[in-house]
Amino acid sequence: MIDTPVLERVLAAALRHGGDFAEVFAEDRSTSSALLDDGRVEELASGRERGAGIRVVSGETTGFAHTADLSEPGLLQAAEAASAVARSGSGATVVTAGPLVAPSGTRGPVRGAEATGIGSKADVLGVLRRADEAARGSGDAVTQVQAGCGSSVRRVLVVNSEGLLAEDSQIRTRFSVSCVATGDAGMQTGFESAARTMGFELFDEVSVEELAGLAARRALAKLSARPAPSGELPVVLAGGSGGILFHEACGHGLEADHIVKDASVYVGKVGQQVASPLVTLIDDGTVGSEWGTFGVNDEGRPAGRNVLIDHGVLTDYLWDFLRARKDGRASSGNGRRQSYQHLPMVRMTNTFLLPGEEDPDEVVAQTPQGVYVAKLGGGQVNTTTGDFVFGTTEAYLIENGRITAPLRDANLIGNGPEVLKRIDAVGTDFAMTPGTCGKDGQSVPVGCGQATMRLFGITIGGTAA
Amino acid sequence: MSTVASTATGDRTRSVELIALATGVADRARPGEEVEVYAARGIETDIRAYQGAIESLTSATSAGVGIRLVADHRLGFAWAGSLEPEVVAEALSEARDNAGFATPDEHVRLASPDGVIASPVDLWDEGLASVPTSAKAELALATETRARTVDGRIRQVDHADYGDAMIEMAVVSTTGIHVSTRRSSAYLSVGVIAGDEGASQTGSGFSVSRGFEGLDVERASDEAASRAVRLVGAGKGPTIRTTVVFDRRVASTLLSVISTALSGESVAKGRSFFAGRIGELVGDPAITLVDDPTDHRAYGAATYDAEGLACRRNVLVDHGVLRGFLFDTISGSRSGVSSTGSAVRGGFSGTPSPGCRALTLAPGGEGYDEAGVLSAVGEGLFVQSITGVHSGVNPISGDCSVGAEGLMVRGGVLAEPVREFTVASTLQRMLRSMVAIGADVEWLPGIAAGQTLAVADMQVSGT
Repeated sequence: MIDTPVLERVLAAALRHGGDFAEVFAEDRSTSSALLDDGRVEELASGRERGAGIRVVSGETTGFAHTADLSEPGLLQAAEAASAVARSGSGATVVTAGPLVAPSGTRGPVRGAEATGIGSKADVLGVLRRADEAARGSGDAVTQVQAGCGSSVRRVLVVNSEGLLAEDSQIRTRFSVSCVATGDAGMQTGFESAARTMGFELFDEVSVEELAGLAARRALAKLSARPAPSGELPVVLAGGSGGILFHEACGHGLEADHIVKDASVYVGKVGQQVASPLVTLIDDGTVGSEWGTFGVNDEGRPAGRNVLIDHGVLTDYLWDFLRARKDGRASSGNGRRQSYQHLPMVRMTNTFLLPGEEDPDEVVAQTPQGVYVAKLGGGQVNTTTGDFVFGTTEAYLIENGRITAPLRDANLIGNGPEVLKRIDAVGTDFAMTPGTCGKDGQSVPVGCGQATMRLFGITIGGTAA
Repeated sequence: MSTVASTATGDRTRSVELIALATGVADRARPGEEVEVYAARGIETDIRAYQGAIESLTSATSAGVGIRLVADHRLGFAWAGSLEPEVVAEALSEARDNAGFATPDEHVRLASPDGVIASPVDLWDEGLASVPTSAKAELALATETRARTVDGRIRQVDHADYGDAMIEMAVVSTTGIHVSTRRSSAYLSVGVIAGDEGASQTGSGFSVSRGFEGLDVERASDEAASRAVRLVGAGKGPTIRTTVVFDRRVASTLLSVISTALSGESVAKGRSFFAGRIGELVGDPAITLVDDPTDHRAYGAATYDAEGLACRRNVLVDHGVLRGFLFDTISGSRSGVSSTGSAVRGGFSGTPSPGCRALTLAPGGEGYDEAGVLSAVGEGLFVQSITGVHSGVNPISGDCSVGAEGLMVRGGVLAEPVREFTVASTLQRMLRSMVAIGADVEWLPGIAAGQTLAVADMQVSGT
């Protein structure tokens, strides 16, 4: 993307006024998407974006500038702008950027976007038409279907004043289908998606018809749904999307940027029992082709596997370069950013609970009364208080150990550290689910996962008294 | 003075440049093609202060183009984060290629001038361009210091940010659209933590303005502090059915969600609970809901919409009766009406769709501010902030369930704080059960104004 001698000169320019660390993050991203809506191919869109973000760290202060101009003069101008903080800063050490060396194992297109492809426009439309047909064929009450497919090829290049030079090439494909079903009591919606860090071969691994049918059945089932209950009840979460619970209940709270600012309920709890002994929680950016997987992160470090909670005991937080440096330790490989226009920060990758030993059917059977959540849609957390919500998009009552009436959508609310202690069963049926995680205005792809599990009590935000 | 004058000249030059660039691209339309070029460029600064020092300072320029091409009633779109000629040319050719794959649709067309005269709103503060970065940094630092020290119960300032942006955009099409606008904005945003460890509460505050001068450090920091402090000691909320009073910010968020059901596209595609209900009573007769981007006080005020048509005042609900929807050109054609000048888009990388910019409810009676509404309600629950809007509010079904924190209302005033509970109803029922609409209209950042609202018969779920 940019010649090494140019990068060396840009790093030198970034540190010309002082500062103790400089970095150039360059990115070239092509995206394409197709949308079939209301029975028509409505929109094919293509996008191209490339540029570089340059940061200079001087003491506790970070200067950052980005540019879409990857020529040497364009990069030097951004370096000058980023270095303004060092110029105005006082007494920071001056570091001279050394020659760039690629550490073994981080050089080269790690994810191999070139080895695969995003699929021709005609092939993508074929997939969307199959999804539309399958969803509409699921029932006469299915009144609207929207199917979309998007892919991106992202090449990144990271160099810094510590001599690091790393490149990665990431290809991602996401398919989704949304259905509306209409009945006497109004409309209901159903959604399903599949997303992986791979090309069009995604569709060799997933069945479009199955996903579309699932989305349609969710909408259809809710046509006869009753209002969700209110108050506290036992809840069984089906494997896969239930991982959102951990993403919100503790994942965000374990991000070191919240920890160093004393803005997390998990501050000072390393080594303590913070969850049920059934909980072993992992964050792993190296798993197969999951949605949160990558070769090299947005600070040039290889993706890592980190144990966050081991049998209920908090073992570590998630770290990026800046927070790890402050704490005098190594980054855990969790520095990520939405694009070259953003500063990196601590982010999750694929966060999941290791499976347990219970038969998932038995977990339901041994729950006399409660709610079974087959699919979660998303969530949100306040890391300082630990209060978090997550919303159902497919849920049922459990009566006498059996899954019975469908329920309308509702959020559930709990407090992270309290809820983690209320997990009293974990099944064997592990599954992952893709998601988009938003933090401080930046979105990144992540994965969540778990096996069927039970909380012996959590507040359900339905409208039934 | 000379600095200001030279900046002004520079800005005019740039606007001309954007129009010229967009025109140059549109001129490359082939016979039988219609082309629309949306070009934008901007400069922004973001500064974060932490514990008396600058944590980060970002300065950036960005520019890009979004091209829609229609041929044989088929639309293709492409965008690029650059204005370099070869990159833009590549986008045009991608848009052309993409159009070839779309389903022919007689309603697919670009906007043409519709004779509605624009009411220009001034959204530009020339002075912002000449404010030195050091002054912006000082404002961020002053906000952080004030937030940290204004109340002894504040234990931490999570973030204290200054941000600004100066953005210009142009829309040019082969169908006769030829407009450009610019807008500037500056903000202070602060989040604080109050209370002891293990019993912390958070609060946020902000101040927004078109320029640097309008920013208010005290307002942003004091609001954050008072919102955090009044929640200290909160216990888990109760499970009751009661009247809920929504803080202005929360009301703005709820109105924004309801507005998606007023999109003519959602209605035409059967994704709105308002579909087929024009002329029917859909809410309390006190509800009159208007989207008026020509109101210069509105944060989302605009002269032109995202397709280059004049923005205009649209009455959506009049005394509880559903009167209209918002349309862009394509959704209007599909519904047999004209565009209401309501196209919005998420920058150059998105295509237009109909949406609100400046939604507001006709204010309730004189003096009906927060205290007035609380007093009228008497007993209930005041909600200060909500979470999980994306996961719990569905503008198609109308199901609405959100996480919340706030204070009980007893004897017409705020009482003890509560947290970790949900409030739930359906959007349809909430419109019918709106028992008080505040006169305290505040134009908050976003697409809808804030005003205190009271909604009866909501299910609160906690302990």
